[in-house]
Amino acid sequence: MACMLEAPLRISVLSEVTATSRHYVDRLFDPDPQKVLQGVIDMKNAVIGNNKQKANLIVLGAVPRLLYLLQQPTSSLELRTECAVVLGSLAMGTENNIKSLVDCHIIPALLQGLLCQDLKFIEACLRCLRTVFISPVTPVQLLFTDPTVIPHLMSLLSRSQRTQEYITQIFSHCCKTPEHQMILYNHGAIQNIAPLLMSPSYKVQMQALKCFSVLAYENTQVSMTLVNVLVDGELLTQVFVKMMQRDRPIEMQLTAAKCLTYMCRAGAIRTDDTCIIMKTLPCLVRMCSKERLLEERVEGAETLAYLMEPDVELQRIASITDHLVAMLADYFKYPSSVSAIADIKRLDHDLKHAHELRQAAFKLYASLGANDEDIRKKITETENMMDRIVSGLSESSIKVRLAAVRCLHSLSRSVQQLRTSFHDHAVWKPLMKLLQNAPDEVLVMASSTLCNLLLEFSPSKEPILESGVVELLCSLTQSDSPALRVNGIWALMNMAFQADQKVKVEIVRALGTEQLFRLLSDPDANVLMKTLGLLRNLLSTRPHIDQIMSSHGKQIMQAVTLILEGEHGIEVKEQTLCILGNIADGHTAKELIMTNDDMLQKIKSYMGHSNVKLQLAATFCVSNLIWNEEDGEEDAATAHKGDDTGGNPVARGSQERQDKLREMGFVDILHKLTQASDPNLCDRAKTAMQQYLA
Amino acid sequence: SLLSAPIRAAHHVLTTNKRPPPAPAAKASTAMSGQSSGCGFLTSVVVHGDSALSEQEKELGRRLRRLYPAVDERETPLPRSWSPKDKFSYIGLSQNNLRVHYKGHGKTPKDAASVRATHPIPAACGVYYFEVKIVSKGRDGYMGIGLSAQGVNMNRLPGWDKHSYGYHGDDGHSFCSSGTGQPYGPTFTTGDVIGCCVNLINNTCFYTKNGHSLGIAFTDLPPNLYPTVGLQTPGEVVDANFGQHPFVFDIEDYMREWRTKIQAQIISRGQGLKVGNNSSPFSPDRMVASYLVHHGYCATAEAFARSTDQAVHEELASIKNRQKIQKLVLSGRMGEAIETTQQLYPTLLERNPNLLFMLKVRQFIEMVNGTDSEVRCLGGRSPKSQDSYPGSPNPSPSHSASIHSLASPAKPSGSHSYLPGFDSSCSNGVAPGRPHPSAHCPKQLPSTPSNAELNTINSVRSQQANACTSGDIDMEVDHYSNGVSGSSSNGFLNGSSKHDIELEDCDADMDPALPRRQLCGGSQAAIERMIHFGRELQSMSEHLRRECGKNAANKKMLKDAFSLLAYSDPWSSPVGYQLDSIQREPVCSTLNSAILETHNLPKQPPLALAVGQASQCLSVMARSGIGSCAFASVDDYLH
Repeated sequence: MACMLEAPLRISVLSEVTATSRHYVDRLFDPDPQKVLQGVIDMKNAVIGNNKQKANLIVLGAVPRLLYLLQQPTSSLELRTECAVVLGSLAMGTENNIKSLVDCHIIPALLQGLLCQDLKFIEACLRCLRTVFISPVTPVQLLFTDPTVIPHLMSLLSRSQRTQEYITQIFSHCCKTPEHQMILYNHGAIQNIAPLLMSPSYKVQMQALKCFSVLAYENTQVSMTLVNVLVDGELLTQVFVKMMQRDRPIEMQLTAAKCLTYMCRAGAIRTDDTCIIMKTLPCLVRMCSKERLLEERVEGAETLAYLMEPDVELQRIASITDHLVAMLADYFKYPSSVSAIADIKRLDHDLKHAHELRQAAFKLYASLGANDEDIRKKITETENMMDRIVSGLSESSIKVRLAAVRCLHSLSRSVQQLRTSFHDHAVWKPLMKLLQNAPDEVLVMASSTLCNLLLEFSPSKEPILESGVVELLCSLTQSDSPALRVNGIWALMNMAFQADQKVKVEIVRALGTEQLFRLLSDPDANVLMKTLGLLRNLLSTRPHIDQIMSSHGKQIMQAVTLILEGEHGIEVKEQTLCILGNIADGHTAKELIMTNDDMLQKIKSYMGHSNVKLQLAATFCVSNLIWNEEDGEEDAATAHKGDDTGGNPVARGSQERQDKLREMGFVDILHKLTQASDPNLCDRAKTAMQQYLA
Repeated sequence: SLLSAPIRAAHHVLTTNKRPPPAPAAKASTAMSGQSSGCGFLTSVVVHGDSALSEQEKELGRRLRRLYPAVDERETPLPRSWSPKDKFSYIGLSQNNLRVHYKGHGKTPKDAASVRATHPIPAACGVYYFEVKIVSKGRDGYMGIGLSAQGVNMNRLPGWDKHSYGYHGDDGHSFCSSGTGQPYGPTFTTGDVIGCCVNLINNTCFYTKNGHSLGIAFTDLPPNLYPTVGLQTPGEVVDANFGQHPFVFDIEDYMREWRTKIQAQIISRGQGLKVGNNSSPFSPDRMVASYLVHHGYCATAEAFARSTDQAVHEELASIKNRQKIQKLVLSGRMGEAIETTQQLYPTLLERNPNLLFMLKVRQFIEMVNGTDSEVRCLGGRSPKSQDSYPGSPNPSPSHSASIHSLASPAKPSGSHSYLPGFDSSCSNGVAPGRPHPSAHCPKQLPSTPSNAELNTINSVRSQQANACTSGDIDMEVDHYSNGVSGSSSNGFLNGSSKHDIELEDCDADMDPALPRRQLCGGSQAAIERMIHFGRELQSMSEHLRRECGKNAANKKMLKDAFSLLAYSDPWSSPVGYQLDSIQREPVCSTLNSAILETHNLPKQPPLALAVGQASQCLSVMARSGIGSCAFASVDDYLH
């Protein structure tokens, strides 16, 4: 009733309202119930298809009165039904209408109405609820606030085809979160809705099908249940397969394919199942064809991208099916030059879908090229592909930018493409631009792509370095998002690999040792690993090792000690021991180890560790410590180690170190390791022992 | 004279039997494949006598019929194997001409060799599909799979020449009548199954690999292409599947899509018709109305005309008259039908002596049947179930039945595929008259009544005939329903004792399971009358020939009718089909059409014309290479 009180306040709008509209509302207040009924019926006839009339009546306060009449137990059933019908009609108008209705608490009133026994009244309420709920302006949560509503709706499913259609449509629009899925699931949605797939009514079939697609999406529990459901003695998956037959309506084929896709991605159907490989996948490829409507092509491409994302075999099949890669190129031709001239309506339609089409195509390309080098080649060879990605990166629509960078990322996994097309099209430029103040999801993809562009064989590495990317990457390492931190440090790691002294110094300077050590205690293991990787890359080639260790030696040794003492996985420790090994390769740096008996003890114990990898790394470290410099032979065990063989031989130094280590019992251990079963370890130990013999 | 008739008839029967029996092998093949195509290689297959093979042939026949129901294999046989005659010498065939291997040197592209299938792809397939499994890629895997027209050089791979199309395994390229290929699909090799689908509606072709569609390869294909494979290096072996086994690719799903497309097109055109005005005789409303009027459903016609604001183009009285005549014809009372026609349309039969002749011949047949008024009143039996058309003014069952018989011409009953009023329109050379089915082959040698017996019958002729007037026949029917000749309540003479004995003989010959059927209802007087009538007919025929010249149709009609007398049981004789009440329908409709013509009304209803045209159109489409006929069966719209 609050709304009704408000209505008279809207005087300014009122002045525009015609007298007839006011008359309709006035009649709702007639003391004679018969006249009220006639008034509602007349109102019903007046508003059908007339948006202006609908708006007028809403402004004049018809809604609260109608709701009042609808809820009043003294109202006749006929009047209540007609009220629901009129409200349903008002809801069919603009989004503003829906907002007004929701503001007047129409939803609880109608849900209350469903408790009535009369089918016609229930149907009218459900129809109105359906219209309200399928609007994007209605908060779906309103369906779930009262816990008795869902079970009651389930029980109404058996009443009539109309209740079935409206209720399933409400479910499929309001089921937005895993919680919603579980509420519906726990109230028997599957058992109640499955038989509706066989309904003689196409509308009911379709709404039921849509329900299953939203229920199964990313929900393993629902999907696992669905695969075992029988409908009329037939497995649900087979029912879906039949719905994908090529003579069925496109909407049905597409939705059935979505159901199977979601069930597959939720792990309930294997990706090599015939119903996926031979039915779902080709069906979705067909949905991408030029013959389909633009909306269908968008949905088809997105679903297909999702289906095959994790499976290279599906990617391979899709890449040869119906010229999909070439077919997608057409997605970029909207609005076409023809449509602009031909007619405005078409142009408008094309414009509206152009962004959606482009982002769907980028997504699908990203999925197609995720794993297979041949497919990536096929994609980059598609007409103007790289240009399209480049312009996609700077499009106004964030959705397109994100999809374009995803596509670029997928293609950047190819060494060949990095060397050729990526460089030819200078994709790093728009990519760098994209990295400036983009939303996190774009940033994750863009920085991940940047990681690949900074690989040492990438010709884009140089120009990117020159563009001052270091600051940007360092700021990423301070992000709250672990994914961004990983990408930031990863990119720095790649950048530092075999880099000039200048670059390394720049990295250390920009990052700051404080941040570097903060990252070494990052809760995310990935971040830690990449940080160690960065350290290792920084500490390669003797001059660099000595220089960095001379300025940051103390902190680095501290951090190494901490990690070796901490609870970390084998990989982390191995990486740390490798860093130690690199330090041991420095001229002056190795003294930092030699003078640290505690550290030497640690290395000794790792040489006897049960894990061969750690034994190897520790032995490598010792081997470097005892190395006779004049020998000049490099241990090629790690690619991350520098190849600088120069330097000033300090033979005496090595003799001293050898003696100290012998005293500490390293020789005995090395001797033991020459008998090791692991051939690599055995070799390494032998090489180290030779240093003593030399 | 009539006496000679049975002899001629006997001769006729004899010549029928004398037809040289089909060669056993061919016969066996026909039986096995279920087809009458008599395909050359089939015969050779059967000679092997492999029972597993025959099972495979049956399966092939079944699958091909299901895939291509619109194909008439008598006209356009489907490819079933590679042709041993249409191949290059470097090609070897085995496994019933389904396996192809290369037996040349394979040194240069000049050593390429191809083989075509036995037949070109019929357009009436709509969508055609075959698969080839790569058994071995041989040395280099230069296999080409595709299509080519008759006469294209076989010393080449498919695709290299004009009217030749191929997809090659080594590079995955498609070759469209050119020596240089276009990138098309993936390469293929040992173990892969490559399918080739020809869409005869839009004249395109796509390939499949291991059941996955690779997309359109060729467009604007010419008609009459043969499935073709080509090989080029030693060791290359491929197996074809023309329907012998289930296909890897779901071709039926693709066909469903095209059937739906074609049918949607048909429906959308039909909707265009509905909004049009009623001025065209082919507007739906007028088609329905004229159909009702034509067949004399006057109450329905009136109601329909009222509800669709049409004028009925014929007076109701006239409809009723025609209906009356039709009823008489359809109940076998031809004499009355002729009489009534002469009363109501005095000049009609005078001006149409051939029509009158036809009616009289039918009357003769009905006499043999024992149903014509003239013999019925002479004491013939009247099997109620067969003849009594109920007094209702609406004999619709007969007409709807005739539509069905058109829809399924292969009905075992052997009834003519026929719609009232439609027959004559379509027999003008386009649809040759169907030979009457051989299902009526005599199971026993006809025991022809001897001349002596007939003479006896003639001599015992009694003084019955004119005593019969067309009075209360229906009442009398009850009296004679038992079919026993000896108990005529009207007191007619029922023949001599000798005749009775003869009847007993007849009984002995008859299959006890069959209902008792006797010549002219078993009445001696009726037989007399029938014989007399036959003589009149004979002289009328001679008269006609003198007046109007020879008429083969009339001659055959008379011969067939007289042949009935050559058998002790005409009903189960090779010419017995004439006695079937369904044969009254063409007569009825011819007469009906003739009456309508005198009123300047179409002699056949536009609806029947339209249905006939549609069926004809489909077969013309099939012959002209328009594939959409495959998915536009008239049957689909008649139910």
